[in-house]
Amino acid sequence: MTSYQTPASDASSPVPTPAAGTRLDPWIGAYADRTHGMRASEIRALFAVANRPEVVSLAGGMPYLEGLPLDALAETARDVIAQRGTVAMQYGSGQGDQTLREQILEVMRLEGIEAHPDDVVVTTGSQQALDLVTRLFINPGDVVLAEAPSYVGALGVFRAYQADVQHAPLDEHGLIPEAFEESLVRLTGEGRRVKLLYVVPNFHNPAGVTLSLERRPRILEIARRYGVLVLEDNPYGLLGFEGEPLPALRSMDEDGVIYLGSFSKTFAPGYRVGWAVAPHAVREKLVIASESAILCPSNASQLAISTYLATHDWRGQIKNYRELYRERRDAMVSSLAEHLPDATWTVPDGGFYTWVRLPEGLDAQAMLPRAVTARVAYVPGTAFYADGSGADHMRLSFCFPTPERIREGVRRLAGVIAGERELVEIFGTVPEAEDRVVDSPGPDLA
Amino acid sequence: MSRPSVLVLAGGLSHERDVSLRSGRRVAEALRSAGLEVTVHDVDNDLLPALSQVKPSIVWPLLHGASGEDGSVRDILELVGQPYVGADPRASRVAWSKPIAKTVVGRAGIATPRFVTLPQSLFRELGASLVLESIAANLGLPLVVKPARGGSALGVTVVREASALPRAMVDAYAYGETAIIEQALTGTELAVSVVDLGDGPVALPAVEVVPREGPYDYDARYVPGRVEYFAPARLTADVAARVADVALGVHTSLGLRHLSRTDVILDDDGVPQFIDINTAPGMTETSLLPQAAQAAGYELGELYRAIVTGALRA
Repeated sequence: MTSYQTPASDASSPVPTPAAGTRLDPWIGAYADRTHGMRASEIRALFAVANRPEVVSLAGGMPYLEGLPLDALAETARDVIAQRGTVAMQYGSGQGDQTLREQILEVMRLEGIEAHPDDVVVTTGSQQALDLVTRLFINPGDVVLAEAPSYVGALGVFRAYQADVQHAPLDEHGLIPEAFEESLVRLTGEGRRVKLLYVVPNFHNPAGVTLSLERRPRILEIARRYGVLVLEDNPYGLLGFEGEPLPALRSMDEDGVIYLGSFSKTFAPGYRVGWAVAPHAVREKLVIASESAILCPSNASQLAISTYLATHDWRGQIKNYRELYRERRDAMVSSLAEHLPDATWTVPDGGFYTWVRLPEGLDAQAMLPRAVTARVAYVPGTAFYADGSGADHMRLSFCFPTPERIREGVRRLAGVIAGERELVEIFGTVPEAEDRVVDSPGPDLA
Repeated sequence: MSRPSVLVLAGGLSHERDVSLRSGRRVAEALRSAGLEVTVHDVDNDLLPALSQVKPSIVWPLLHGASGEDGSVRDILELVGQPYVGADPRASRVAWSKPIAKTVVGRAGIATPRFVTLPQSLFRELGASLVLESIAANLGLPLVVKPARGGSALGVTVVREASALPRAMVDAYAYGETAIIEQALTGTELAVSVVDLGDGPVALPAVEVVPREGPYDYDARYVPGRVEYFAPARLTADVAARVADVALGVHTSLGLRHLSRTDVILDDDGVPQFIDINTAPGMTETSLLPQAAQAAGYELGELYRAIVTGALRA
């Protein structure tokens, strides 16, 4: 019996028409070089499950928004359109709304930054500012120094501009000045041009640590000496659980630092409003680059945030967030102590994340499918390195799940680790696959 | 007959959730374009209430992996008397397990690469290095290590050196307690889809898969560009017919219904070797069954509608 059917062109011949191959993408030969590195990996697929309610996701970096005064915010949004609709719905300034820029100064003053409204460029989330700065400074092959580990979303931007990302280690007090300088000595010795130091000084993503007050001026001094521009990314600075915020790097050096700020974590990410503060000449170029990228940031979003800042107790809201996240941090840390005695982790004084080092020989990326089967998700450490290292770490977020869910998630994770450990006992510590795709999760996880 | 309504089941909690959602969207779109009334539903707490509320003529499970392919969702559909597209629970269970499917298909006289099935516990009992050495010595290299259950190449590694076996085992066990190690064949990779529109199973033209760089892994499967597809495959009529017969033999020997996709490697001696069977084959933009259907001259919406009406008639 042969039921092979060929209803294609020539019905008289049983031989199928010889086909030209297709790669299902007629433009495959047309992509820019920088596009070739973009891949989908198993990891990304596994994250699709993380959004299901059955799964405790310790992966996402999403703020917990249920505490927001949503009814009042709805009023605000309505008023913006009803009363200032012709402005809100219109194009606006490429640099951003003047009033909002003044209000941003007030926010930044909490971390010691004194600036002029003209120094501020409003962007579509600070992620866009990151993109613009990279676009302005990075030629393919230029070196960006980032902490080890570093924010996955920044690594994605640097990669897109074909930067060579090199890492300098951090410890519980943040980036280590001596190691930073050693990296510069080595790289400049190799004739490399290091253009940017990318640093998340407060409640680091993913490491959870904060750059100590004592180290801040030292890092700036070294950067100055080697002619390296510092890119200070500070979305979490106001979310400290104890005491007052530390002074921003920008507050110590106006000329050598580009500062990135954001409302995504201190208010909400939905309006996509962030900003950059840059030295005068850089700021001029940022505005031009931003105009060519997006013409202008959304007026509707800016006016909504501006009205929120003017009419709501935004400081009170930040205080609420701090208390909420502190309770969750406590739940995370106590659950880790209870369930993962053989692992080590950072105890963050603010922000969203703790950085867990797995017991010897375990690989967080290899273990992720097992975790998904056990209904718990995290981001493997490899996502936070440009060079594929970090397999022995994972980032756990405590921002979104409730304390009960966090405890349940860590309990599940303990079972996953026990299962993986059994494998390691059987097979020994096995080397990583060489062609492992280092992948970034989607935006709700970054 | 009034216009049938279809409830497409997509999502689920398996590792292949993402692929399933994409398959579900594509099939729903195609069925709608063919004039059918379609709802898409995830497998969750609301599913059973939705079934009794929507009362679809038929359910099309486009669930890949776990409960979607192991027969358990189909058990429930049987229980509530809901007609559905695809294999019944028993056949699904057999097909879902690679070692069992290979054994059944092998008994039907179809060639399949030599393999061993390895529960994780076995290594603990016998010692990993001894077992792996013995496997490498007896099956020879290269080898393919796969989870015993699952699709989309998740957890699959091609091993060219014995030293890479432990890593491959660890990666496969991350997806389940049992793995298989199979001889890796060189040859032409083919996927042959079988559809039954109510008049018995028919093989669609084979699709030839030529990875341009690296393995045919998850990325290669779902992102256009890394793989070149030939549909129909570049085969002589004679070979194409033999390959089609293998797919039909697999479909029949496993007792499958309505549609399936058989992955075959045409080895260097021209023998079609059975590699894998999919009872809920992928239906995404880059998937193989839709490509085969188009190569056969089908408009997808029309084909999917014919599958639905065929399934309702049976």
